[in-house]
Amino acid sequence: MSPRAAVERPAEASLRTVQAPDEPRSPLAGAIVGRSVPRRDALAKLTGRARYVADLDLPGAWHGVIVRATEPHARLLGIDLDPAFDWSQVVVLTANDVPGDNVVQFAVDDQPVLAIDEIRHVGEPVALIAAPDLPTAEAARDRVRLRTEPLPPVLDPLASDVAFARYEIAKGDLEAGFAAADLVIEGTYTVGRQEQLYLETQGMLAVPREDGGVTVHGSLQCPYYVHAAMRRALALDDARLSVIQSETGGGFGGKEEFPSGLAIQAALLAIKSGHPVRMIFGRHEDLVATTKRHPAVLRHRWGVTRDGRLVAQDIDVVMDGGAYATLSGVVLSRGTIHAGGPYACPNVRIRTRAVMTHTPPSGAFRGFGAPQTEFAAEMQANRAAEALGLSPAELRRRWAYGIGDVTATGQVLRESVAARSVLERAVEASGFEEARAATAQARARRAADDRAVGDGGRADHPRGRDEAEREHPAHGIGVAMAWHGAGFTGSGEEHLASVVRVEVTADGRIVLATDSTEIGQGARTVLAQLVAEELGVGFELVEVAETDTSIVPNSGPTVASRTTMVVGGLLVTAARRLRAEVEERTERPFAASYAEDAHANGPTRIVERFAGYPGVEWDDATHLGDAYPAYGWAAAVAEVDVDLDTGEVAVRRIVSVDDVGRTVNPLLATGQIEGGTLQGVGYATIEEARVEGGRLLNDRLATYIVPTALDAPRIDAILVEEPFAGAPHRAKGLGEIPMDVPAAAVVAAIHDATGAWIHDLPASPERILGALQSKEHEVSERTAADPEATEEAVR
Amino acid sequence: MLIRLNVNGEWREADVWPGSSLLAMLRDDLGLWGTKNACEQGECGSCSVWLDGELVCSCLVLAAQADGRSVGTVESLGREDALHPVQEAFLEAGAVQCGFCTPGFEVAVADLLRREPHPNDETIREALSGNLCRCTGYQKIMDAVHLAADRMGEAAR
Ligand code: FES
Ligand code: FES
Repeated sequence: MSPRAAVERPAEASLRTVQAPDEPRSPLAGAIVGRSVPRRDALAKLTGRARYVADLDLPGAWHGVIVRATEPHARLLGIDLDPAFDWSQVVVLTANDVPGDNVVQFAVDDQPVLAIDEIRHVGEPVALIAAPDLPTAEAARDRVRLRTEPLPPVLDPLASDVAFARYEIAKGDLEAGFAAADLVIEGTYTVGRQEQLYLETQGMLAVPREDGGVTVHGSLQCPYYVHAAMRRALALDDARLSVIQSETGGGFGGKEEFPSGLAIQAALLAIKSGHPVRMIFGRHEDLVATTKRHPAVLRHRWGVTRDGRLVAQDIDVVMDGGAYATLSGVVLSRGTIHAGGPYACPNVRIRTRAVMTHTPPSGAFRGFGAPQTEFAAEMQANRAAEALGLSPAELRRRWAYGIGDVTATGQVLRESVAARSVLERAVEASGFEEARAATAQARARRAADDRAVGDGGRADHPRGRDEAEREHPAHGIGVAMAWHGAGFTGSGEEHLASVVRVEVTADGRIVLATDSTEIGQGARTVLAQLVAEELGVGFELVEVAETDTSIVPNSGPTVASRTTMVVGGLLVTAARRLRAEVEERTERPFAASYAEDAHANGPTRIVERFAGYPGVEWDDATHLGDAYPAYGWAAAVAEVDVDLDTGEVAVRRIVSVDDVGRTVNPLLATGQIEGGTLQGVGYATIEEARVEGGRLLNDRLATYIVPTALDAPRIDAILVEEPFAGAPHRAKGLGEIPMDVPAAAVVAAIHDATGAWIHDLPASPERILGALQSKEHEVSERTAADPEATEEAVR
Repeated sequence: MLIRLNVNGEWREADVWPGSSLLAMLRDDLGLWGTKNACEQGECGSCSVWLDGELVCSCLVLAAQADGRSVGTVESLGREDALHPVQEAFLEAGAVQCGFCTPGFEVAVADLLRREPHPNDETIREALSGNLCRCTGYQKIMDAVHLAADRMGEAAR
């Protein structure tokens, strides 16, 4: 059974191009690239015809469920089945039934498919059950007892002595830097766990095959990650194993590594039972069992001079990786490289570690370590501006990276640096300086009112304000910036050696084949646009092969903002070669001759393999060199209203300006910015997966709150194009950077409204009221007037 | 138990277990997969349908409660070659990304525009606050609602 035809034909309506008559066309736009072609998958999704994994109706499919650990750390002594239950009607599997290595394959082989003798987190899979219907499977699950002996759990990341990864990068002379500094800005910041909350929960359907193999259909981002993990744990060869991505209802990193384990589990049950097995998580299980964004503690000391130069950055980061390594090493690496923010500084030391705790594993989430570390860097920049009495925009104008600057890893930025242009656009589009002047006046008025009643400048007592003033919440505006390396870090892309294929088939169709997945971001549309433009044919003529590992090559995972830049670049090169080959034969333009050529000479198939970006050098051992072939740049301005009596924040507007190199599809690109922005606003204000005693407390959608339309600000997404010459189509990545930038802008706006700095995300009403009541409020007001006092402003 | 209901203008019946939700019946028994399940707790709106013309979360309604009544799902809105104005607006405004929230939003938006043909931003945000979208930041959904309202207003004139 196949949920989709082997190739997805563009539907009728996708021939229309959406473009408002007044939409300014980019000078870099082509006939198809740079235009808002409607997405390929829209019609199926709009009519309810798109088939997500839970919609694959396979008669006779059984239901699989997972027996999970309920303790954070324990010895597993045995698994007891209640003799009163009729076990003949179900299939039960434990670690002993894993035919290959009992390992979910990532960088480190520490995570078992099913726990063997030690339980390392609440929710860890211990046994599997399949039954003909879900109620029976669930009833059986309730009759399984885990015999355990509790072990002391490590729950505090700062107390953990097991590190999954550590990095230290240094540049210049830190001591000399601090000696030259007039002021030292210090801060400790914490960021919480964040749930991806893709609307479609995790799900997998495994179908056993007559050859003893298995085909899985699933909601996933990285078909070949799943494929490699299954091959290893199931001890199956490639010929008996296919991974097919079904329509996927969002990923955001949450379907990067997690589906590998679930696919193995579903496949084990399918092979054992001889039936197709569906495993579709309910929201509660999804919240409890899946990875979250790494929580982190970030300590910064920055040295600045009185005349406003940044001369030293000393940064320490601890990320909580949870019970297993998953992707912690690479998340930490990206977080490390971005930790100083997009600012040139001659003397830098960044020391980081990702540690083990007995909590559910942390994993990939849009931004991948950068939202955490860049939040702290932007807090520092904003506090430095305040201490120096400079506008935070002006400070960034001076500090932001430009061409020729050298990063902390020693990378010379040679091209495509848009830091200042995104900043200027954001400042201008938001009317930042004018708004800032107005909020400063309002703050001064409130302070005067408060002083008038001799209340010591405390903002938590509304007595000094007249009624009208109190009814209006305090308004604030704040700015932040971000940079984000596109593609895998360091030598990652070379190790991946991605492959794509573009072909004219024997019957004269143009098909592109890649395992890059459509997870809502528009990959299938964007990649087809790039190929169509290069071949000089209509967008509707380019078909995209189904994401099935038995059809498409391994183009690497759909992560790291790499699809448009890396995979798109490979496809453009492949299309170029295809066009040249056909035109050489036919001596006519490709568009006019390829079909005829196919009928006369058979198919033409071009396979392109990644061969590295020119001039990029990286040393894995020292973590130094060209960390990324190119960076995207972003600036955001946030406006908030804060109720000074309740601490409640309403984010009113965000202007997010993002550099994408060259825009392939403006409508899809701005959609990425808007979605990432709201996830960042949620991160800043309301979202936190709270874990206590190793247990997730808010494990329902009613308690893990994400922004609704009512909470969402107006979002103005603005694209800036600073082309990247290293890519054949000059485009850079965009998926993640919009997530990196809003949190610090929102917190800066809260400060602008209230005078209080919130160091911990989310900036909840309790934290805001706490900060308003604490001394810190007064200290920060004092430091604005007297830079000398800054050193005391540490916490 | 045997439940009989009018779905999108057609009488259908199925034998469901007594605790079955309307959502489960629509999907598992009637094969109407367009209505989505993202929480089963009334928190996300992905399962929005009309029950006797009233907008409900079908995960919170028992199939038995819908017995003998009429249900409208996303499948009643339009086909690929004849989109409903709300669907057309979602397409053109770019309000669809992963699409998992889309059927629920379309039903909720069509419902809003039936009650309130020219809603302002505040009304729209309020009306859609029971539907979660994690992809779009709601901005293009807002655009789509305005676009659909304009189009439907013109058509009605
Ligand atoms: S599935 Fe019904 S509200 Fe979420
Ligand atoms: S489009 Fe993905 S949740 Fe709305």
